[in-house]
Amino acid sequence: MFKKFKINHYINYFVIAVALIVFAILSFTGGIDNSTTLLLERIAISIILAVSLSLVVGFLGELSLGHAGFMCIGAYIGGKVSALLAQTGIGDGIGNLIISLIVGAVAAAACGVVVGIPALRLRGDYLAIVTLAFGEIVKTLFQNSSDNSFGGLSGLSTPRYNKTTLFIIAFVVVLLTLAVIQNFIRSKHGRAVTAVRDNEIAARATGINVTKYKIMVFALSAAFAGIAGVIYSFSQNKVMYTHFDYNYSIEILVMVVLGGMGSINGSIISATLLTFFDEKLRLWISQDFSKTQLAQFLTTYVIKGDLAVFKDIIYALVLILIVIYNNSPSLKGLREKLNLKKLLSKLFKRKHDPSKVKDDEARWDVVPTKIEMDEVLSTDVVIDDMGDNSADIGERGGNK
Amino acid sequence: MAKFVEKIKTFFNTKIRKSTHKRENIESDYVLETRELGITFGGLKAVQNVNLKIKKNQIYGLIGPNGAGKTTVFNLLTGVYQPTTGAFYLNGEDLTGLSQEKINQKGFARTFQNIRLFNNMTVVRNVMVGLSNQPEYNCTEIESVLRLPRHFKVEKTMRKRAKELLRIFDLEDERNNLACNLPYGKQRKLEIARALATNPKLLLLDEPAAGMNPNETEDLVKTIKYIRDNFDMTILLIEHDMKFVSGLCDEITVLNFGTVLAEGNTKEALNNPEVIKAYIGG
Repeated sequence: MFKKFKINHYINYFVIAVALIVFAILSFTGGIDNSTTLLLERIAISIILAVSLSLVVGFLGELSLGHAGFMCIGAYIGGKVSALLAQTGIGDGIGNLIISLIVGAVAAAACGVVVGIPALRLRGDYLAIVTLAFGEIVKTLFQNSSDNSFGGLSGLSTPRYNKTTLFIIAFVVVLLTLAVIQNFIRSKHGRAVTAVRDNEIAARATGINVTKYKIMVFALSAAFAGIAGVIYSFSQNKVMYTHFDYNYSIEILVMVVLGGMGSINGSIISATLLTFFDEKLRLWISQDFSKTQLAQFLTTYVIKGDLAVFKDIIYALVLILIVIYNNSPSLKGLREKLNLKKLLSKLFKRKHDPSKVKDDEARWDVVPTKIEMDEVLSTDVVIDDMGDNSADIGERGGNK
Repeated sequence: MAKFVEKIKTFFNTKIRKSTHKRENIESDYVLETRELGITFGGLKAVQNVNLKIKKNQIYGLIGPNGAGKTTVFNLLTGVYQPTTGAFYLNGEDLTGLSQEKINQKGFARTFQNIRLFNNMTVVRNVMVGLSNQPEYNCTEIESVLRLPRHFKVEKTMRKRAKELLRIFDLEDERNNLACNLPYGKQRKLEIARALATNPKLLLLDEPAAGMNPNETEDLVKTIKYIRDNFDMTILLIEHDMKFVSGLCDEITVLNFGTVLAEGNTKEALNNPEVIKAYIGG
């Protein structure tokens, strides 16, 4: 079973593991500062969220706009559990973290099942509305909770985990998430899920239990969102409901869409980059941009208050440009020029040799020759020649 | 507790059209037997009193003008619709009211009038999806996620079996292409291969020759006969091409406006004046 060890399948583990080791060494030798560890924690959370959402959006093909809601459940329940555990003998160490992760994941998965049930009946936009509503309901519930339960408006106080080691744990959880989701996708169950996405009617007729797989995928995806939420609660002193709003769900969805639907590596890359640029843009606006004359002009005459709104505007513009670049028919030429695979093959001097293309790849776009076309057109003649009753019926029945 | 579990089960299995039918097995010499099978949509009687009797290893045709209810019969037999009257039996076992995947597991596999493949998956994976329901390829989700030995064993044997099936349909060379990139005739074949992968006792083909050129049709006739002989299969097919039907089917049933117009030996049924009238009109 190790004969066909496919490096492509495991490259993402290696990259993440190497990055983790490098940053871990840096952090123990004091090579990175506090803000970088914070950023690393954020990136890990984003990757878990994006990969788990890509399971629903990319592989099951259902649009879910409530991913932040599942994360919210994980963050609040896990945060509460860890706060309670911290008062008992377990303390706020690794044991606390593991128990909270499990409880948060189970709670979110249970809610995933609840959302998965309407997914059996609803399609596309309608399901998106249900998930959207779910996210808002969850947020509002925690917003209106009492001070003794989840803190309500003032937020839930949670024990902040050790800053230098939390990002290491977060990345270990990322590896675990990847392992579970990739192994699930690359098995007969993953094939069944993609079959449901491609053609639900055919999947049912081929004996796939669509109900089971839909609910399972929603629960699995929600569980990992819950885990991301628990890690988030450990990275904060306080869990605030405002963090889990509709915009955050969209942000996660954008990571998945930009990374390419149905591509886990794409989701990882886009989650990393988007989180990184999001943070850098925020810093740039609050530090450099706010001192410029343009910023002063804008705050005096155009907008009131915080310049951070420009972060969202720039973010949105970049997204629009990327989507246009990916989909516009008039940019097809440019896309082909900048095709990563071609550029790479040029880099490694592997020339594109048409004779080495498998026959299967080339054959489909060949237009039928004239003789073949004649054969196609002569169908009627053949049936007329038969001369008996059944043939007559055939022609007319067929043309009806 | 048991009652609660039962309630949840029924909740998940709720059908839009709930069948009040009580399943009772019968003694039957036929692979497929339907009794008074019918369905009404609101006031429209789409199919009424269809009594099919298909013997083992038979190729049975279901023909009729457009809108006669042929595909509706297929949808009834595969559980897409629940019949409002009557029942159908596979080797005497009542399958009425079961869900689509259950009926498929019991031994009905079908193809579709407009091809429904898993377009974004490779050819070999399309067939492997069909295989995944077989008990010998059973492997739980946990085994797959933890990559236990069973997972590798199952994957290996599944791929081997899928390749064997593809070889029969002359699709082995295309196995790593996306299903949507196949030419039309091969897509039809792949759909049949996928249906066969579910190890059915009765294969239902909905207009298998539609849109094929004469060469492809001839090829298809050979394939269908091959399936019958080598897979020990019973086949029920819908077709408009009368040359195809008369060359292939042992017996046929002619439907018109949801009722049976004629049935029996292919040649006799086709020459029935009623049938000719239904097709030509007047």
